[in-house]
Amino acid sequence: MADMALPTCEQDVADAVADALRDGVRLAIAGGGSKAAIGAPAEARALPMSGLRGVVDYDPAELVLTVRPGTPLREIEALVAGEGQRLAFDPFDHGPILGAAAGAATIGGVVAAGVSGSRRVSAGAVRDHLLGFRAVSGRGEAFAAGGKVVKNVTGFDLPKLAAGSWGRLFALTELTLKVLPRPRESRTLMLAGLSDAQAVHAMSRAMGSQADVAAAAHLPGRATILRVQGFGPSVAARCAMLDAVLADFGRPVALPSDDADAMWAALRTLSPLGGERPLWRISIAPSRACAAIAPFRDEAACLFDWAGGLIWAATQAEPGALRAAVSAAGGHAMLVRADARMRAAVPAFHPPAGGMAALETRVRRAFDPMSLFETGRF
Amino acid sequence: MSLSMPPPEPSILSRRAEIVAALGRIVPGEGVIADDARLAPYESDGLTAYRQKPLAVVLPETVEQVSRILHWCHAQGVKVVPRGAGTSLSGGALPLADAVLLGMGKFNRILDIDYEDRVAVVQPGVTNLAITRAVEDRTFYYAPDPSSQIACSIGGNVAENSGGVHCLKYGLTTNNVLGCEIVLMDGEVLRIGGRHLDPAGLDLLGVLVGSEGLLGVVTEVTVRILPQPETARALLIGFPDAESAGRCVADTIAAGIIPAGMEMMDRPAIHAAEAFVQVGYPLDVEALLIVELDGPMAECDHLIGEVEAIACRNSASSVRISSSEAERAAFWAGRKAAFPAVGRLAPDYYCMDGTIPRRRLPEVLEAMRHLSERYGLAVANVFHAGDGNLHPLILYDANKPGELDRAEAFGNDILRLCVEVGGVLTGEHGVGVEKRDLMPEMFTETDLKQQQRLKCAFDPDLLLNPGKVFPRLHRCAELGRMHVHGGALPFPDLPRF
Repeated sequence: MADMALPTCEQDVADAVADALRDGVRLAIAGGGSKAAIGAPAEARALPMSGLRGVVDYDPAELVLTVRPGTPLREIEALVAGEGQRLAFDPFDHGPILGAAAGAATIGGVVAAGVSGSRRVSAGAVRDHLLGFRAVSGRGEAFAAGGKVVKNVTGFDLPKLAAGSWGRLFALTELTLKVLPRPRESRTLMLAGLSDAQAVHAMSRAMGSQADVAAAAHLPGRATILRVQGFGPSVAARCAMLDAVLADFGRPVALPSDDADAMWAALRTLSPLGGERPLWRISIAPSRACAAIAPFRDEAACLFDWAGGLIWAATQAEPGALRAAVSAAGGHAMLVRADARMRAAVPAFHPPAGGMAALETRVRRAFDPMSLFETGRF
Repeated sequence: MSLSMPPPEPSILSRRAEIVAALGRIVPGEGVIADDARLAPYESDGLTAYRQKPLAVVLPETVEQVSRILHWCHAQGVKVVPRGAGTSLSGGALPLADAVLLGMGKFNRILDIDYEDRVAVVQPGVTNLAITRAVEDRTFYYAPDPSSQIACSIGGNVAENSGGVHCLKYGLTTNNVLGCEIVLMDGEVLRIGGRHLDPAGLDLLGVLVGSEGLLGVVTEVTVRILPQPETARALLIGFPDAESAGRCVADTIAAGIIPAGMEMMDRPAIHAAEAFVQVGYPLDVEALLIVELDGPMAECDHLIGEVEAIACRNSASSVRISSSEAERAAFWAGRKAAFPAVGRLAPDYYCMDGTIPRRRLPEVLEAMRHLSERYGLAVANVFHAGDGNLHPLILYDANKPGELDRAEAFGNDILRLCVEVGGVLTGEHGVGVEKRDLMPEMFTETDLKQQQRLKCAFDPDLLLNPGKVFPRLHRCAELGRMHVHGGALPFPDLPRF
């Protein structure tokens, strides 16, 4: 198979798609490769996006940033930090979780994978803050969707589909994202000695209070942590509020910022769940979190993020049984890390119910009628 | 009225009695309306310039009935227009002469409130405000607050992705909905999302919200509820010109402050509102800004001072700060009454809804003044200043020959202007029939066809709410065709979809 010249503009991507259609080969859209170890190993022609790089437009006062998808995430984070801002969602880099180098993740990959860190529980996800995009469909046609302003309901909200599409609908060529002011202060309160169930209750109590908690996580056996961000006087007042709200669970301790950063970093890199065991990402209503993982909790290593709405579980549990337990609790489980043999046998995504599976397939064919982007990875 | 809707099919019109009878078998009793007098209230929605009697109205009470109605209509090739409370300002629920109007008003129960997970599960006919009313004694609320919230239904909010004055900080409907049960046009019932945050696969919930009734009929909605902020305070700031007010907005955001609401009014709107509600708005200013801050007392007290300083640096000519709930409510009273207040200035008004990049506001206002002179129609502006969402109110008299047409032409020019400066046709009211024919101003034919292919995945026979959003509906078979390169069919081994 001939090597592809590195596409550097939308037309190049359209040409690459047309070539692949003509050649009858499938295309695997590739960003920085930080998430390449997710999903079944697949054979396909790579469509590298790293040549579509750079900032198209950034107007801090409008809270809007337009970039090309191959731009490294860390470049974008540095750019907006320089203006006292941050991306409105909470991105992170999968590299360290999957044994790849840190710093390879691109913004296109982050968007396509719908990556959300700890602040997702308060700030929303990529899908909430992707305002518009340009892309090349599986028909080889370049098209635009959404807009470049923060408030827009014109036409179908295709950016929602782009976020978390994992390269299966179209190749993104330009992204317009919302940015927001970076908070002036950040403080983390810690509760110690809580069981999983107690921690979920405590986090629910905090999230349901007026303390406007930015992130809430439970590291079993280590700590239950709550992050409060904003202007100084507000942060102080809200931390005092949490003291009262959480009185049933012990007295929260304010962590020194280095310790706090280390704990939040553990939730980004999942360092406590390193090793070879299969790693699952379970999305669930917090009140059902403990029930969902009860069958395998004893042998699993877990981290609870999003106030209990996200569980990272490193476990040898049988995949079918694990998914059945999670389904019964109303959630779903994605297989994030496993050896190649397991990934070939167990789908990365929680299999949808019959009607939804058929609808998803029809939606995919609406963008990619020839299954050009269906590499067999998912 | 210049709007052209899909021509009614004589073969459907002639089968009216049979269709009414079939609907009556699915929804017995009072659930089917077919006599002319009782159809009248359903002739239009909040966009009252357009009227059309539906073929019949059906008011189901159960999901099973909705499913059977859609299944039957699908099998018989009968079009269906879904309707919530009928408050759409873009004609999203405008009936068709040969379509069944599916009213969801009887789905009015709150099914579950879960404070542990902070969600409420409700039927689609529940009003927006009723959700907040149901949870406020536990100091929770539902954040999106469209101005029609006392009447509009949550199902309609999902269809239109409704906003409100607080969406700069708290998001639109789409950011506050976690799950839906929907019925597809062929009667299939699906659950999308749930009480968890991330979807299991494609974010179909994300495209369903704001799909203006073209993809499916919503029969249940799971929304996030939020703890009420401890307090809220507002500033009322007058400016000698719109440029200064615009700079004040930009500087506030640059200072890291995202207010709960940030509303601007221009001189005509200020005067109309003050004459209507007499709350002490300054009358010697060109622009008035209401900035509301919410959160802990300590935060509001701190930020009020910051915003006041920013306003003064931007040549504010008057600043008032609310010192009580009554005073805060008074600041808002004029803004909230702005539409009826402007409505007193002329027999009719036409409310527009474009969004622009905020920095272009002064030139857009200037261009609007020129258009106003050219069309000989006055315009008053209220503006969600934080997110750039303009609501120009065009004053006209429908009884004067040609004025409605002129008002619409003026409105269309305003929306073209919004797109020209980098904005969009609609920030929160939806496309509906109102902005349908302007879609090519913002999207290419390729863009629009791609959106329509999504429609085909949900409703391949194009029976659900036709004539809305898209200026021309292409048949799905036509949209599915692909030009094959070099004469070879790619992937000959693949099953075709």
